[in-house]
Amino acid sequence: MRILEGEKVTKYFGGLAAVSNVDFHVEEGEIFGLIGPNGAGKTTLFNLISGAFTPKPGEIKFKGKKISGLKPYKICRMGMARTFQEVKIFPGVPAIENVSLGALFGTPKSVSPAKATKEAGELLDFVGFSVPKTIPAGGLTLANQKRVEIARALATKADMLLLDEVMAGLTPTETAEAMELVTKIRDRGVTVFMIEHVMKAIMGVCDRIMVLHHGEKIADGTPQEVAGSKKVIEVYLGE
Amino acid sequence: MDLFLSIFIGGLLIGGIYSLVAMGLSLQYGVAKVLNIAHGEFLMIGAFLTFLLQQNGVDPLLTVVIIAPLMFVVGYILYRTIFTTIRLKASNPGVFESNALLAAFGLYFIVQNIGRLIWGTTPVSYSYLPGTFSLGGALFNDDRLVAAAFAVAVGAAFYLYLARTRTGKAIRAAAQDPSTAGLMGVNINNTLALCFGFGAAMAGVAGALISICYPISTTMGLGYTVIAIVVVTLGGLGSIPGSFIGGFILGVIGTAVTSWDAGLSVASYYVIFVILLLVRPKGLFGK
Amino acid sequence: MDFSKINWKKNALIWGIPLVGVVLLSFFPQYGSAYWVTRLTYFMMYIILAVAWTIFSGATGYISLASSAFFGVGIYAAALLGESMPLIFVVLIGGAASFVLAFIFGAITLRLRGIYFAMFTFGLVLLFKELIYYYEINVEGLRGRFVVLQSNETIYYYLLGIFVVTMIVAYLIRRSKYGLALQSIGQNEEAAAHTGVNVTMVKILTFATSAIFMGAAGVIMATKWTYVDPGVAFNLMISFTPVLMAIFGGMGNIYGPVIGAVLFAYLQEVLTTGEWSNYYMLIFGAVLIAAIVFMPNGLMGLIQKLVGLVRKWRKGGSEVQNANT
Repeated sequence: MRILEGEKVTKYFGGLAAVSNVDFHVEEGEIFGLIGPNGAGKTTLFNLISGAFTPKPGEIKFKGKKISGLKPYKICRMGMARTFQEVKIFPGVPAIENVSLGALFGTPKSVSPAKATKEAGELLDFVGFSVPKTIPAGGLTLANQKRVEIARALATKADMLLLDEVMAGLTPTETAEAMELVTKIRDRGVTVFMIEHVMKAIMGVCDRIMVLHHGEKIADGTPQEVAGSKKVIEVYLGE
Repeated sequence: MDLFLSIFIGGLLIGGIYSLVAMGLSLQYGVAKVLNIAHGEFLMIGAFLTFLLQQNGVDPLLTVVIIAPLMFVVGYILYRTIFTTIRLKASNPGVFESNALLAAFGLYFIVQNIGRLIWGTTPVSYSYLPGTFSLGGALFNDDRLVAAAFAVAVGAAFYLYLARTRTGKAIRAAAQDPSTAGLMGVNINNTLALCFGFGAAMAGVAGALISICYPISTTMGLGYTVIAIVVVTLGGLGSIPGSFIGGFILGVIGTAVTSWDAGLSVASYYVIFVILLLVRPKGLFGK
Repeated sequence: MDFSKINWKKNALIWGIPLVGVVLLSFFPQYGSAYWVTRLTYFMMYIILAVAWTIFSGATGYISLASSAFFGVGIYAAALLGESMPLIFVVLIGGAASFVLAFIFGAITLRLRGIYFAMFTFGLVLLFKELIYYYEINVEGLRGRFVVLQSNETIYYYLLGIFVVTMIVAYLIRRSKYGLALQSIGQNEEAAAHTGVNVTMVKILTFATSAIFMGAAGVIMATKWTYVDPGVAFNLMISFTPVLMAIFGGMGNIYGPVIGAVLFAYLQEVLTTGEWSNYYMLIFGAVLIAAIVFMPNGLMGLIQKLVGLVRKWRKGGSEVQNANT
């Protein structure tokens, strides 16, 4: 089943098309990668999917229903959550409450505060958060902040997770842990759509990959197909 | 037709001054990110200093030579001390903007109180040029023309400064992207403080020009601040030419409303402000 | 609720002190002088405004300067309705009118950035003042209205009631999931929206709720002042003083604004009478700037920092050291 579909997705900022006529789809249960040089429009595409922007023109459907034009909180409650390139946690709030916010507001059906806290604790354990959970999120290391962000997204009982450069700024050990976590998340039944620059991670973990360049899709397919595509090689090596 | 022309030209004449006031605020808010609610108070101080000097025999237009640098220095120091500290302590730009706004309110109270202590609350005025000129059948005071022309000249001079000089380019860079500008070697703390200082200087000069044409009082500041905010929004945040043109537009609208009922001028500015922010928040020329 | 996890001593302090305080305050008029009753009345007015303001602006960081507008609505409710219905109804209507006004106003302006919201709220006070002056002079031909006087005791007890309700509501909101939502909006609104929080609705409803208490307080104070006109009703200092009080006291918990209000109301009293009265605005402005520059987290923030430092010193810093590996 195609859990996410985009048709002719376009977004202009002033006269410049950040994303131009992109068709894509993500299959349920897969790990789908999005790569491309800086400025290719990857985060903009995420913003269009998550509801921060509205595609014009173009349409995006999630679980068969049109979501382009809906507000972010509605899309979140439909089962899609995301993380951000610049980790967006709530710095003055304890780590566990960062996560329980997701369980309290992002789920299709509401949950009691006690249950939300319990789920938050379990999710923090799941993502490998190993320091006291009451520390304000602003005082955590980058890796732990990313864990909090992911746990928060999972707390919304999302069926699909958008991960924006989750491995940026991580050490090699942390990157390997992150790759493992992404696979664990998929094994839980959550579809993953991830933007990444770390090639090893993307090629190793993704089932399918899409490549954007100057806002346009220039390739999509399995990692092997994409790695072998002449256009992709040109874009990455020719510049 | 007489009335229409009188409103239109009268509006342009005051609009020139509005442009100057708005440009000053545009620098302070658009670049230095301080919505300086005390802007009008600096204008008031400029007006009263001119009055003081004029009473002692100095030509009002000449007082600008003293007032502009004085206000510039005051503004620069205030920014380097108060606002830079707030900026460095703020956890994100939104927090800085709100804290800076509150600090500006503090300045508003302080400066207005100082004005009141020195000059009291009754309005004062003096006359500069006694002559009048007529345009299209309506009569206007000469000094209004002089003031408007001077204001436009200052605005144009500053525009050239921005376009041609190195510091001017630094200011424009800081307006677009402070962190990148910093990386490119622009001394951000200094540049933002310069902008704030220039803004204060423009307010002072505008005050001097206003004192030439109209009576002044120590409570005059807030009204001009409100006007400046509306003009900056109308012209577009971050656009100096926008503030320039917006000043004239608002001058005409304001004159029209005042000729109908002076008691509703603030209300009309507010309505314009509301409509702008709802319909076209980036104004005419904003990014 | 896990009863074994409740720290009984801590809770006794947290609940006991306010309870005792309220009881003492309720009996005060029987024993205290009229002068002190009036003084406490003013203190409570400021506490209500400061706490109500903090409910919305403290957590979200959207600085509202409209407190005076809602307070003024309450004043005019008293002026227009005070003679035709019992005071309790006027209070409820004043609060409800403020809620509706704040809701409408919030719906229009809370979609914009915080700085524009602040400007809007500031302008709203000026706008009301001007519009009502215009109406009174041109349509009614009079300026100012008279409000039925109430006894000092009545005023005191009504304010006490409003004060208690305000504190309870502030506490409940802060402890509920909406309190967390408000904080998340203040610290990263985009992330909050993407985590399922309907940020627009949460902002509007909280803003409107905070306005209720300001309006209610306005109704009562009108009965104390008895003569009201737009200048009295829409006084910018009523917008600014609670902001200063909340910042000064600290917005991290519900007692911060209370402490800030009491301290500053006292300070204001000392400064506006006597030889310093000409310098009041100057001192106000200077304190405002000093508070923002030097103690953005207010007195409570300073106290909490001190407590944290003491704790760290006691435990030898080991907990904090282990935290960030």
